[in-house]
Amino acid sequence: MMAQLDVRNTIRMGLLAGVVAVSLSMIGMVEAFDQRDVITDVFSLGQLLLFTAPAIVGYMVVQRGKVKAYGPALFGGLIAGVFAALPIFALLILTLIFPNIRAQLVNVSPTLIGILAFGNGQVVGGLLMTAVMGILGLLGAAIYVIPDRIGNPLILGLGWTLLVGVLSEVLLNILRPLLPRAVLRFLFGTKGITFATAVILLILITTGIVWWQEKGREQAKARREAMSSGQQKTRRQVSLGMGLILLFVLPLILGTYLTEVVDNVGLYILMGLGLNIVVGFAGLLDLGYVAFFAIGAYTVGVLTSQGGLGVGHLSFWVALPIAVATSTMAGMLLGVPVLRMRGDYLAIVTLGFGEIIRVLATSDLLKPVIGGAQGVLQIPKPEIFGFTVIQPQHFYYVILAGVFLAIFLSSRLRDARLGRQWMALREDEDVAEAMGIHLVKTKLLAFGIGAAFSGLAGAIFAARLSSIFPHSFNLLISINVLSLIIVGGMGSLPGVVVGALVLVGLPELLREFAEYRLLLYGALLIAMMVTKPEGLWPSPVRRRELRAAEEETAPQIEQVG
Amino acid sequence: MALLEVDNVHAYYGNIHALKGISLTVEEGEIVSLIGGNGAGKTTTLRSISGLLSPREGTITLRGEDLRQYKAHQLVSKGVAMVPEGRGVFARLTVEENLQMGAYHRSDRDGIAKDMRRVYQLFPRLEERKGQVAGTMSGGEQQMLATGRAMMSRPTLLLMDEPSMGLAPVLVEAIFQTIEEINKEGTTILLVEQNAHMALQIANRGYVLQTGEIVLQDSAKSLQQNAMVQKAYLGID
Ligand SMILES: Nc1ncnc2c1ncn2[C@@H]1O[C@H](COP(=O)(O)OP(=O)(O)O)[C@@H](O)[C@H]1O
Ligand SMILES: [Mg+2]
Repeated sequence: MMAQLDVRNTIRMGLLAGVVAVSLSMIGMVEAFDQRDVITDVFSLGQLLLFTAPAIVGYMVVQRGKVKAYGPALFGGLIAGVFAALPIFALLILTLIFPNIRAQLVNVSPTLIGILAFGNGQVVGGLLMTAVMGILGLLGAAIYVIPDRIGNPLILGLGWTLLVGVLSEVLLNILRPLLPRAVLRFLFGTKGITFATAVILLILITTGIVWWQEKGREQAKARREAMSSGQQKTRRQVSLGMGLILLFVLPLILGTYLTEVVDNVGLYILMGLGLNIVVGFAGLLDLGYVAFFAIGAYTVGVLTSQGGLGVGHLSFWVALPIAVATSTMAGMLLGVPVLRMRGDYLAIVTLGFGEIIRVLATSDLLKPVIGGAQGVLQIPKPEIFGFTVIQPQHFYYVILAGVFLAIFLSSRLRDARLGRQWMALREDEDVAEAMGIHLVKTKLLAFGIGAAFSGLAGAIFAARLSSIFPHSFNLLISINVLSLIIVGGMGSLPGVVVGALVLVGLPELLREFAEYRLLLYGALLIAMMVTKPEGLWPSPVRRRELRAAEEETAPQIEQVG
Repeated sequence: MALLEVDNVHAYYGNIHALKGISLTVEEGEIVSLIGGNGAGKTTTLRSISGLLSPREGTITLRGEDLRQYKAHQLVSKGVAMVPEGRGVFARLTVEENLQMGAYHRSDRDGIAKDMRRVYQLFPRLEERKGQVAGTMSGGEQQMLATGRAMMSRPTLLLMDEPSMGLAPVLVEAIFQTIEEINKEGTTILLVEQNAHMALQIANRGYVLQTGEIVLQDSAKSLQQNAMVQKAYLGID
């Protein structure tokens, strides 16, 4: 079968990419992101947003048609790119005809028009845009046509280079004390990396990956095989040790602001590990998970606060286990009414629980105990051996210890008998029961242990902020935690870490994202479900499950055994 | 003392009186077949024995010990294993993981490994496909897997719910051969079947269940000769 370029489809997809680009412009994202340069004076994050669509579409149209001949492929990419520019061109013309259009479309500001028209008039700018997007579409197609052994590394190289550009501010902060100023000035421009850095990075990363594919992988393998098993073990231990050392000195490298971001990520990792037990291991969809975070936080708040609401004035370290125990009990207690529920029903009821806890926290009923909307104030910082944990850098170690503990417990539980019971439960409740698995106990343990991790996160959260308010414990937290598990990979421990870094860490590094955070989540979740439903770092079982689901759709032939 | 004694068991689903005073015994080392049509109460009987359902009345004992005091999950370690109706394998786990699930309550690694080898000997097909996801296997293979998984708990009494359901005749033959083999190695079997022909061929004794009541009991040979059984369950006029 000859691969063919489907022209109608190409045009359709091109237009679609254009509509996406126009939408991103009209919701204000392009303009907001234009403040940050990816490559200094060459292009901004806003432009990156605009130009990704045509390049991807150029790649996709030829990939779909499996067009491997240069002529038709490049032509297809060009067409897709040009058509992607049309909606933008139309928007520009519209602003020409109706100069007051901003009354209706608030985000179509002169600045945005300037960005879309490259600072020219609408017509000239539109033509320029058409040319640029056409070329990008063509380049996208070209990447597909060139041999995979170069094409794939090139895609990765581009991706990493752009990521470095986007995160240049963070990198600059980290590198500033380490490198001489002249070097820094060469690497970083005023608002992004310099063009030279970008080119060097792209070449280095791409050739590096090509080299790894062609030679490095074999060499490394040969070297590993030449080593004795003792040497291999030492090597593993050395790299593990270096990783640990890096984790321990991280706050020193990152400084206060970035450590604070990492702390936040860490708390989400803790919660993610807990919810991962409930959803990932046991398959119980819990949407009210924030409840246990709140219970942990309020327990520590009330037990340690120096303010009017404080009872006991306990030290943080005494209150912490009490908070974890309280959350665990709450987890099990809330588990009881949902024991007989499955899937969507379970999700809806737990969603309700989460809201009940939040409403209770805000209510006048509990105001004398937990302060209602005013929250709990004057929560003291933890003290340890006469040393007070104040700075984000200090909290980092508390959180790190919690995360280590949670990872250790999760992995032990997963491989233990209880983990098998959870797996059976997740796979098929009825069969699990027929095999003699105690459903009640298994479910309640999942709810309880999951809640314990969340309670621990809540306890640290309370001490870190010194004051807690009911609005910090809204549904969004449950959704964030669930999303990071899905993006990372259900049931996968490294997946939780990766998911938290991507969904919690990245948006905090790019402050422009804050406003569009939910949009980003939605887009990312959809993109993940379509292209990589098993998650960024899937667990082996999950990866197979999805592959099996695909195979199941293939016709089965009954075989005689 | 018989291995399993079921005496005057009444079970209900809400108002539906599904078992109306069932009594049966299974001696150590036997294969006993319980035959009956659709909805007769065969599955309900097995669920009552394995503790998945609590009968309103009656006693069930294993070697004289009251089974009704235990929950379903405790019965596995008491030596009662069930191959559920419609196979019930964990569709998204591999063959090997399914088998390991059968031994999840055990901690004797060597014993588990040994039993795993034994299951693979009984069903070479499973060994060939140990890395395959169970849901993608054919009906016959899934039945083998469900049986193998039950064997992994080292049961003294194996309860099998319609193992021949939906299988091609050749496969049915193979499955029944294995059941006999498992029995010869010392596992007592209570087999529930609509397929009376095969079930009576390998059994020592049999019971006939109709709308929740036992209407006939005899040696398997005699039941095969019985006019009523021949007419209703063997398709012989
Ligand atoms: N979960 C249930 N709820 C209500 N009635 C049931 C249920 N399961 C079985 N029954 C009824 O109990 C009777 C016996 O069912 P069952 O033991 O499944 O029969 P068999 O296994 O012999 O086909 C039937 O009348 C059936 O309709
Ligand atoms: Mg049945």
